[in-house]
Amino acid sequence: MNHELLTALPEAPPTSSLAGAFKATLARDLRQALRRRSELINPLVFFALVITLFPLGISPDKALLATLAPGLLWVAALLATLLSLDGLFRQDLEDGSLEQLLLTPQPLPLLVLAKVAGHWLLTGLPLALMAPLLGVMLGLPSGAFGVLIASLALGSMSLSLIGAIGAALTVGLRRGGVLLSLIILPLYIPVLIFGAGAVQSAVNGMPSLAHLAILGAMLALALLLAPLAIAAGLRLSING
Amino acid sequence: MTADSDSPQAPARKVRPRKGGLWPWLHRMGAPATFFAASQRWLPWLWALAIMALVAGSVWGLAFAPADYQQGNSFRIIYVHVPAAILAQSCFMLLAVCALIFLVWKIKLADMVATAAAPVGALMTALALFSGSVWGIPTWGTWWIWDARLTSMLIQLFLYLGVIVLRGSFASRDSGSRAASILALVGMVNIPIIKYSVDWWSTLHQPATFTLSEAPPMPASMWIPLLMMVIGFYALFGALVLMRTRVEVLRRESRKQWVRDLLSPSSRARPDAAVVATEGDKS
Repeated sequence: MNHELLTALPEAPPTSSLAGAFKATLARDLRQALRRRSELINPLVFFALVITLFPLGISPDKALLATLAPGLLWVAALLATLLSLDGLFRQDLEDGSLEQLLLTPQPLPLLVLAKVAGHWLLTGLPLALMAPLLGVMLGLPSGAFGVLIASLALGSMSLSLIGAIGAALTVGLRRGGVLLSLIILPLYIPVLIFGAGAVQSAVNGMPSLAHLAILGAMLALALLLAPLAIAAGLRLSING
Repeated sequence: MTADSDSPQAPARKVRPRKGGLWPWLHRMGAPATFFAASQRWLPWLWALAIMALVAGSVWGLAFAPADYQQGNSFRIIYVHVPAAILAQSCFMLLAVCALIFLVWKIKLADMVATAAAPVGALMTALALFSGSVWGIPTWGTWWIWDARLTSMLIQLFLYLGVIVLRGSFASRDSGSRAASILALVGMVNIPIIKYSVDWWSTLHQPATFTLSEAPPMPASMWIPLLMMVIGFYALFGALVLMRTRVEVLRRESRKQWVRDLLSPSSRARPDAAVVATEGDKS
């Protein structure tokens, strides 16, 4: 799958078009991430570990775990996303490529969107695909797996976008990690409510399309506004 | 063009603030020196309004308003709870407006107001949460309930704390100001979303007491003192923020000539201004 990804995305094209810049930024991020695979699985391992902690901390009772499962899976996935966000811009800041990104003639919000898309492809999507496995371990009814994947895939895109605002604001700070969670977690709450709600209603045998639609609406809003805030945050982190 | 460029001309012209319309007036007020002089004239009025409304409202509300037929006397906590909750929300709006003015027009005074207002807003949020949970004991039988309004208030407290902490964690003041402004704007966009999603998630709380469209569903002897308390809280908030902003102005402009003139022995120095000046000298 990795190789397919690599070949499907073109090498950085020498065009100055918007789409070219978007693709080049995305391809660069993916290529870099795939060269450091051990870091790629960190959020996934974290996700699995946190889910392992809950039966140990609460009770191995299958019925109880099954009722808690939608919320547990969503909270754990959210924390895994949050954990991965601290590194979103840090590497680029340290090696100076973030400054180059700011200097390009293309609009910064677009390039930032490419970086966030890369983050989602490497964190949110794998988390969503892995969630049913952990759902099995928590005794989640198998009828809810489809909605679990869909809600996590949709919701984690919003999580990446909103979280990138915090990452951009704190990237210049020595101890940005704790601060990042303080400023981002309150903003994650709506996504959590509707994401976990979608899975919950699927478990209860009710239609969950309304929840997914609202998740989609949040994503649309985040796609519209978050890149601007991320770009402003990066500008101040570099220049300030 | 920054607000500071106006400051030399503003005192020299001696134009009455009323002349020239709202926009030029706002423009002059954007200059810290003009603001500092003008706010000194506003403060006594604000304090007088705050004290009068708060004393009258609380005496009327606590002693003379009729007890609720269901909740008895415990309902009287709304005379603190509702104004604090309203202020907590208004203050975040103020932060967002200041953030926008600061980011777009680079008017530094807006950022000083935001710096001064954020802790007061957080305090109001905490007061609303605390009074709400005290009220919860006789009414709901528990200190805390994961009810929609309580939860979104708690989230709002976290948002305030995030803005305050983010401002403080930058080495350069300007970066901290811009970061806090961006976060305040992001928070403002999110507050309605958070509110609606939390509402949707669970609700036990009664709907809003005051709406603009209808008369409140309680006797006038109950809501008039409440209205007075709300006005009093707004005036108190205004006075506190104004005073804190004045200190912030002095702290940031301590190297400017007008502050030195103000604090020189020949002029009539205010005690709190003198404290700030000595702090500035030590650093």
